[in-house]
Amino acid sequence: MIAQFVKSREALLLAAIALLLALIASRFPSFVSPGNLVAVFNDTSTLILLALGQMVVILTRCIDLSVAANLALTGMVVAMLNTVAPGVPIVAILLIALTLGAVMGAINGLLVWKLEIPPIVVTLGTMTIYRGIIFLISGGEWINAHEMSDAFKQFPRAVVLGLPMLSWCAIFAVAAFVVLVNRTALGRAFFAVGGNPRAAVYTGIDVGRTQFFAFTLSGTLAGLTGYLWVSRFAVAYVDIAGGFELTVVAACVIGGISIAGGVGSVAGAVLGALFLGVINNALPVVNISPFWQLAISGAAIIVAVALNAQSSRTKGRVILKTAEQTA
Amino acid sequence: MFVSPDVSGATDAAASEPILSLSGITKTFPGVRALSDVSLELYPGQVTALVGENGAGKSTIVKVLTGIYRPDEGTISVDGQETRFPTARAASDAGITAIHQETVLFDELTVAENIFLGHAPRGRRGLIDWATMRRQASEILDRVGAEIDPSVLLKDLGIANKHLVAISRALSIDARVVIMDEPTASLSQKEIEELYELVEKLKADGKAILFISHKFDEIFRIADRYTVFRDGQHVGAGLMADITEDDLVRLMVGRSVDAIFPERSANPGDEILKVDGYCHPTEFDDISFDLRRGEILGFYGLVGAGRSEVMQALFGITRPSAGTVHVDGAPVEIHSTAAAVEAGIVYVPEDRGKQGAIIGLPIFQNVTLPSLSRTSRNGFIRLAEEFELTRKYTERLDLRAAALDQDVGNLSGGNQQKVVIAKWLATEPKIIILDEPTKGIDIGSKAAVHAFTAELAAQGLAVIMVSSEIPEVLGMSDRVIVMREGRMAAELSGDQMTPETLVRHAAGISEGRS
Amino acid sequence: MSTATHHHVPDRLNGPLHRTVRSWESLLLAVAVAIFVMNSFASPYFLDAWNLSDATFNFTEKAMIAFAMALLITSGEIDLSVASIIALSSTAMGAAAEAGLGMPGIVAVGLVTGLACGAFNGALVAGLGLPSIVVTIGTMSLFRGISYIVLGDQAYTSYPPSFAVFGQGYVGWVITVEMVLFVLFAVIFGVVLHKTNFGRAVLAIGNNATGALFSGIRVRRVKFILFLLTGVMAAVASVCLTSRLGSTRPSIAFGWELEVVTMVVLGGVNILGGSGSIPGVVIAAFVMGLVTFGLGLLNVPGIVMSIFIGLLLIGVIALPRIWFQLQIMRGK
Repeated sequence: MIAQFVKSREALLLAAIALLLALIASRFPSFVSPGNLVAVFNDTSTLILLALGQMVVILTRCIDLSVAANLALTGMVVAMLNTVAPGVPIVAILLIALTLGAVMGAINGLLVWKLEIPPIVVTLGTMTIYRGIIFLISGGEWINAHEMSDAFKQFPRAVVLGLPMLSWCAIFAVAAFVVLVNRTALGRAFFAVGGNPRAAVYTGIDVGRTQFFAFTLSGTLAGLTGYLWVSRFAVAYVDIAGGFELTVVAACVIGGISIAGGVGSVAGAVLGALFLGVINNALPVVNISPFWQLAISGAAIIVAVALNAQSSRTKGRVILKTAEQTA
Repeated sequence: MFVSPDVSGATDAAASEPILSLSGITKTFPGVRALSDVSLELYPGQVTALVGENGAGKSTIVKVLTGIYRPDEGTISVDGQETRFPTARAASDAGITAIHQETVLFDELTVAENIFLGHAPRGRRGLIDWATMRRQASEILDRVGAEIDPSVLLKDLGIANKHLVAISRALSIDARVVIMDEPTASLSQKEIEELYELVEKLKADGKAILFISHKFDEIFRIADRYTVFRDGQHVGAGLMADITEDDLVRLMVGRSVDAIFPERSANPGDEILKVDGYCHPTEFDDISFDLRRGEILGFYGLVGAGRSEVMQALFGITRPSAGTVHVDGAPVEIHSTAAAVEAGIVYVPEDRGKQGAIIGLPIFQNVTLPSLSRTSRNGFIRLAEEFELTRKYTERLDLRAAALDQDVGNLSGGNQQKVVIAKWLATEPKIIILDEPTKGIDIGSKAAVHAFTAELAAQGLAVIMVSSEIPEVLGMSDRVIVMREGRMAAELSGDQMTPETLVRHAAGISEGRS
Repeated sequence: MSTATHHHVPDRLNGPLHRTVRSWESLLLAVAVAIFVMNSFASPYFLDAWNLSDATFNFTEKAMIAFAMALLITSGEIDLSVASIIALSSTAMGAAAEAGLGMPGIVAVGLVTGLACGAFNGALVAGLGLPSIVVTIGTMSLFRGISYIVLGDQAYTSYPPSFAVFGQGYVGWVITVEMVLFVLFAVIFGVVLHKTNFGRAVLAIGNNATGALFSGIRVRRVKFILFLLTGVMAAVASVCLTSRLGSTRPSIAFGWELEVVTMVVLGGVNILGGSGSIPGVVIAAFVMGLVTFGLGLLNVPGIVMSIFIGLLLIGVIALPRIWFQLQIMRGK
């Protein structure tokens, strides 16, 4: 078991993050203070939430490029709702965000399932549509901090047991996904569908339906993140989280989730997100211009995908008996 | 009640009622009638052998039984009750399970999960109970006599062990009907013996077994009943005790075996190909042979003996680790398929759909693909010359198609094969390698391919024919090389070329036995 | 069908007219014409030669990349880094201008940068066999990231006046230099895809890469060349865009990759590879340009137009499938 873990992608990534933290700590010890680590985790929470959803989508051999647009639209809707009806309780806001996100994810899923349109085309299309709708409903106006109620803004910041609610949301989602992915039939179906769609059919798993659920989950998390994002930064406008969908895909790829489907883990997605989060937060501390951030994450993606491909290179059939023993 | 046509007349089903019976099943695909009014009955505690040539409709009926295909017509009855299998799940719920030819399992999941996916043991709150799953998997693996750790990933197992996992999966679903689709194709002799014991256990448990196999010795050893399909039709059924091997072969092929191969006068010319000490780290070892103009060299062996792998190395798909190749006396370095074609070596692959024909492209574009440099000027394509070249070779092969710009995917298997062969002949090769050239094509096209192969050889082309069909290998070849487990087991010619010697060398059975 | 003793197979199933009428391009052309007519009714300013000429800037640069991308997608790969190649190439040209290079030198630096980016993508995908979608998401961050490292929040603006010809020059009357380049590259890529051995290899690879390999096609070499071409065309677009704007910021052409892919898919290129046509991409470019321009005249903001483009993208693929499914249901 331990030997298996040491060889795993997750262990490699964990070591990389630890090494990164050690390097930074050697010059800037304050970076690894508990308070700062909590801040780094909190800052990465939105990426973790979205990476979890993206993970199950990628597991089923799909991709969801609409998550950032979904997030922005949901964020705008709840922000507008808050300005017209400040009295609506946070629980209701959360439910609305989750539902709206789920609906948008389900639309992607239905187009993939029922019409068999390639996922990249579907989510490329809905990405622009969802963004456009934000403009239609907001008229291009910003919703600023002073227009939002205090309760609305306070929720992600509220500290419970030393951690902000935003972090708790991410932790709760991670726990839920660990159970979902490892302990439920649907969770295992994600792996089966991506790993070998033909065999999945023989096993009685409906490939399209499984993909539909993956998209719906991804959308649900995007919706939740939409509210958290808008309330945390206390601003909503058309372009929030622009281009963030690719950062989310990057987190998954760095986390060892194979774009070819069927391979990945919750731990991988979380660590991939944390890796990017640590880099983002460390750059200003170690006095590297934040303009380096994009290039570093790009290089990290390329290195990650090259390493993943190396470890999963398909071997030919082993016929020779002598080779089978050594292989 | 519908009564199934029964040619052999051997129906003695009075002993017990069938668990499962199919009648009047018809299934059509665009251009092909895969099954035509066939019937099949499976009895508890008995093994029914399903016999037929490649393309007889055996895999189609398995897909109907497992809910992958829905038949166009006909009825399926379980315990006398008419039912339908709209999904794979429905068939599985009815207690039908199949162990497939190519193991359709999941490489990236553990052995335990491969066994229990879809019906995993649940613990509290309906969540999957991994500990129980691993324990139960261990028990089942023990039952089939497999020493496999249930928590390793499937991809880390060898082919034989993967097969045992597939069998364990079938046992884990408390199945009443077990379909075994060529289960011994890639197993060693010892593993085969263990499988037979397992089949006996399943019989004793009262399960109905459908056993699909090409190997007559095993059919006569373990089957109680037989059903024969030919060209998608049911041509006979009965008790094994009532039929001889010869009669079964006759039912299966519908003609006498020796008459169908073209007459050939073997007089090979100069040596054109010499392969010496060809090795690959995992696939084959120390392969050496030569080939003459006008000669047909057969390569026989069991599935997975490494024949295709040797051919694909010769064609530049994989790189050998050692060995030399000479064409026309000159050494050639084959580092790509393009280089192989340049050297005059072409390859008609076994997997026609994936490697042979390019489905989606029209016939003429398939044919001219490797010859574009000859039909074009300065890299610009010239359609008139493409059609001319295509016409020249497809007419020689008597291709049946609506038009030459028709998508090759709409052709029957036999005609697709003709397109692939035409593609290579258009390059005017020196050596043509045919890998299972008649697998899955109808009898008519088969004869055409055989006749044409003989004609090519007569015109001086050197032919290598990889085949798992003994009659084909013996009927066509001047010499036969038998491969086993990646090595050359024998090189046979003249009187040595008998079905018995072929099987003996392929299976590694010594002279004295059997 | 012939009743001769030998089975006769005709060259072609249907005549050229039949094939043309039923093609994707014809459907798209009808859409383009409809939009054109609607626009000319909706706004009196639409049918003005100068306005229409200005409108072409909406799509000419993107279309030039789309031609190369069409070939790449037809072969079954994709390049999401094209907009970042524009940024890096533009940054390199800005630095060259700063260093005092003349117009030809600047252009050469830009093109070589694009070529190098394409070679990098090609080496990773064709050389190492990595999935192109992930590789180019990576290089998308990497290439633009380098621009950000070089420029930060600064900009290059010191381009020589002669450099303005590409994005601001006119050949005569309302015909822009970009329009000429657009037509030129449309013809070149159309010929390459539809009339050359190379184009045939691209189609074969896109339909069945294994089958193409088993037919003696040098699959990896073809894919590498396609990435090179895409890199160079992104650089050409970069020259035009930089010349038109007269400045380089690292955020230049942000988000263009998705518009380029949309244009290609709208043009009838199968996103899964195997089929595609350059005339289709040309018409798709006009459709997208006309929609943007027409709605712009009606004072509809750009972001709303993107809804329309998104709907168009999904609609053109979904509608035939829905229609097909209805046919099947009616048949049963």
